[in-house]
Amino acid sequence: MEILFFLFVAFVAVGSGVFVVTCKNPVNSAIALVNTFFCLATCYVMLDAPFMAAIQLIVYAGAIMVLIIFVIMLLNIGTVDVVKSSHAVAGGALMSVLVAVQVLYMLNRGEVANIEGPMTESAILEFGHTELLARSLFTEFLLPFELTAILLLVAIVGAIVLAKRDV
Amino acid sequence: MISVNYFLVLSAILFSLGVFGVLTRKNSIVVFMCIELMLNAVNLTFIALSRHLGNMDGQVFVLFVMAVAAAEAAVGLALMITFFRNRESLDIDDANTLKW
Repeated sequence: MEILFFLFVAFVAVGSGVFVVTCKNPVNSAIALVNTFFCLATCYVMLDAPFMAAIQLIVYAGAIMVLIIFVIMLLNIGTVDVVKSSHAVAGGALMSVLVAVQVLYMLNRGEVANIEGPMTESAILEFGHTELLARSLFTEFLLPFELTAILLLVAIVGAIVLAKRDV
Repeated sequence: MISVNYFLVLSAILFSLGVFGVLTRKNSIVVFMCIELMLNAVNLTFIALSRHLGNMDGQVFVLFVMAVAAAEAAVGLALMITFFRNRESLDIDDANTLKW
């Protein structure tokens, strides 16, 4: 049952991914991308990571997509976009097939050593996924976490400076 | 519990779709969305392997990837607005000032 549900979600995710790549109108691509984000959030829930699913929806489907759609609206671009020449399409298809084959080959032949970390079945049941994440984030990864705040600040300042007509 | 391989295959397919989009589309906003698609495929790999190994580090990485993606979206879209103001188009082939 679970595997059928996963296959359904994966099918929808890949289908809307195809729409992102092929739609002529960028607004349609954006809507298809939101659909893909929802499917990925469903996958995160299936992987016992409900907090990541919530963050996925809030940050990606919420903030980033609104930003993209606002820019599409501001620039008022129509559906004039066409794909590049057929050479480019052939090259792109070849490259992406190569990437897919390479990754699938690695998956087939690679071995994942089974280091058991703190996130076991019983720990998730006892503490919940969010608490485990917070423990890791606020102890081991505290410095990168603080640096992320500075990165976001720099991004805000940079975006304003770039988009302003005269600073 | 579904085997981790299914998630990894899904993320490989999504990543290749993103690569295809980046290499073939002309509209820079669509290229940008394809990059987001690739980032999300990698996030799925991180979370699937993190669950498989029982290690929290992958999920913390995903949080950082999301923060970087948000910063990238803000700066990238500001760059696109500036580019559109200068060239009146969003075609990435028009960004050829540095082309040799």
